[in-house]
Amino acid sequence: MVDIVEPIVARRSPRYRFWLDRSGVLGAVFVAPAILYVLLLVGGPFLLAVYYSISAYTIYDPSWQFVGLANFRQIVQNPAFLEALENTFLFTFASQLLGLILGKFGALLLLRPFPGRKLVRALIILPWAVPIALASVAWQWMFDSLYSVINWTLIALGIIDRAQAPNWLGNPHLAMLCVIVVNAWRFFPFAIVIFLAGITSVPQDVIDAATVDGAGFWRRNYQIIMPMILPIVAIGLIFGIVFTFTDLSVVYLLTNGGPVGATSVLGFQGFQVGIVSGDVSHGAAISLFMLPVLFIVVVAMLRFIRRRDI
Amino acid sequence: MQRAIGIAVREVSFYAAVALFVVLTAFPFYWMLITSLKTNPDLYNVTNIPFWFNEAPTLEHFKYLFEQTLFARWLLNSLVIGICVVAITLLAALPAGYSLARLTGRGGEALGIGIFLTYLVPPTLLFLPLSRIVAWFGLQNSMWSLVLVYPTFTIPFCTWLLMGFFKAMPIEIEEAAIVDGCSRLGAFVKMVIPLSLPAILTAVIFTFTLTLQEFVYALTFISSSAQKPVTLGVATDLIRGDIFFWGEIMAGALIASIPVAIAYNSFLDRFIEGITGGAVK
Repeated sequence: MVDIVEPIVARRSPRYRFWLDRSGVLGAVFVAPAILYVLLLVGGPFLLAVYYSISAYTIYDPSWQFVGLANFRQIVQNPAFLEALENTFLFTFASQLLGLILGKFGALLLLRPFPGRKLVRALIILPWAVPIALASVAWQWMFDSLYSVINWTLIALGIIDRAQAPNWLGNPHLAMLCVIVVNAWRFFPFAIVIFLAGITSVPQDVIDAATVDGAGFWRRNYQIIMPMILPIVAIGLIFGIVFTFTDLSVVYLLTNGGPVGATSVLGFQGFQVGIVSGDVSHGAAISLFMLPVLFIVVVAMLRFIRRRDI
Repeated sequence: MQRAIGIAVREVSFYAAVALFVVLTAFPFYWMLITSLKTNPDLYNVTNIPFWFNEAPTLEHFKYLFEQTLFARWLLNSLVIGICVVAITLLAALPAGYSLARLTGRGGEALGIGIFLTYLVPPTLLFLPLSRIVAWFGLQNSMWSLVLVYPTFTIPFCTWLLMGFFKAMPIEIEEAAIVDGCSRLGAFVKMVIPLSLPAILTAVIFTFTLTLQEFVYALTFISSSAQKPVTLGVATDLIRGDIFFWGEIMAGALIASIPVAIAYNSFLDRFIEGITGGAVK
């Protein structure tokens, strides 16, 4: 066996090719650029962020002086930070819940074949496809204090009076509602496609068997289909939570955190303190408060990825 | 009779629900379109019916956008950023995806998941240190900073996408090439890459749309107007105090949205496959 293989390899390969032909070596060479890029520009900055948060670094005084947990102590005593933390949880939870409900309902509608379904799907996917910054600007215009099309419609329908038309982005509670709705609006098409991908993957014979056994619509939905598509829905939800919890663009563009911090979220607060005010160390400390939630989410994700192997 | 009415009611409520969803998702884009085509006196008159033209439609906002603002420059910036990021991403993700699918065995899968998880590290956690790093490179306020930083999320995403594709490809193809005298590297370059062009195209399209959708890094690193990508430029540069520019803003948003919307719709199914990573068998 050795006699047969050796001469062939030796004949066609100069030394370096022989070396590259070992799959372990080639594998390492192939994967190295991607790993290096990610280590240098994600791993490195992450460690830097941790260090900033325990130092006194600002852009005006770039000293690397170690201050321990002083930054964290200061920010947890700041009422503006506590409000942002609370807002972040409310914003994430409410918009994901609303997004999931709309997504499930939309998926049930799109499951049934009907003329023009492809076009409808293309239109429904728009909020998720189009850059959220651009869509946010359109929403800002729709929520405009004077020329809001929503107010115009409500007035035309006789529901409200022009004198008491709501100032959507100027009232603290309404502003929070607006950023939640816009975020749910942006995510529910994603939830629809995730649900659809899951539901269409459930084998028809399983559903047929359940129907024959007497399971009705709700029972088929919540006791057969839902448990089967749970892994894929969970992964979609994890994406939604991570990107909502750490979001900055919707709040930045719609309300700029206002009125008076009523819609400020962690990402926005970190941006304001760390970039706008140049207080890098406190900004980094604020951003790092996202870590525990991200960590929990990542562990959940790993569990679901593992489960698919079994 | 009763049954027929029942069916009719069901059909009508079904289509009404579908219509409601379409209005909910598409109305803001209709609103962009109609705003961008209205004259200013028509836009800023609360007694007009806002849903349709009360005066003849106009292209003046588009004209203003291209002649009086940096919009064309922003489009060009986005194109350049997108192309460079696509090139960097493919160079790193193509071999990495292949390696993780074929060459590194069981450890490769853990490594693949590890790379993918970095896609979940949010910009709002990294923007502070990255803005310092960008400054050290002398790239602050330059669109090249985005070319440097965007691959941090496009490489993980595309590696994962391509890994899934390579795994689904029959290994016999490469084995045949190797038996015929190709080296492992040669088999990858001559056989695997040409056969995976559809997957590569998907990776290219999504890398490009991800760069267009990104907002946080662009907002953090770039403040001079001429360097902005189109998303940032439209969202932050056209709003000037109390002067109304909604026609121009909506025209810009519309133009920048269209290519992304088309790309997404054409490649959606592959995207879902990629993102769920075979969680569905």
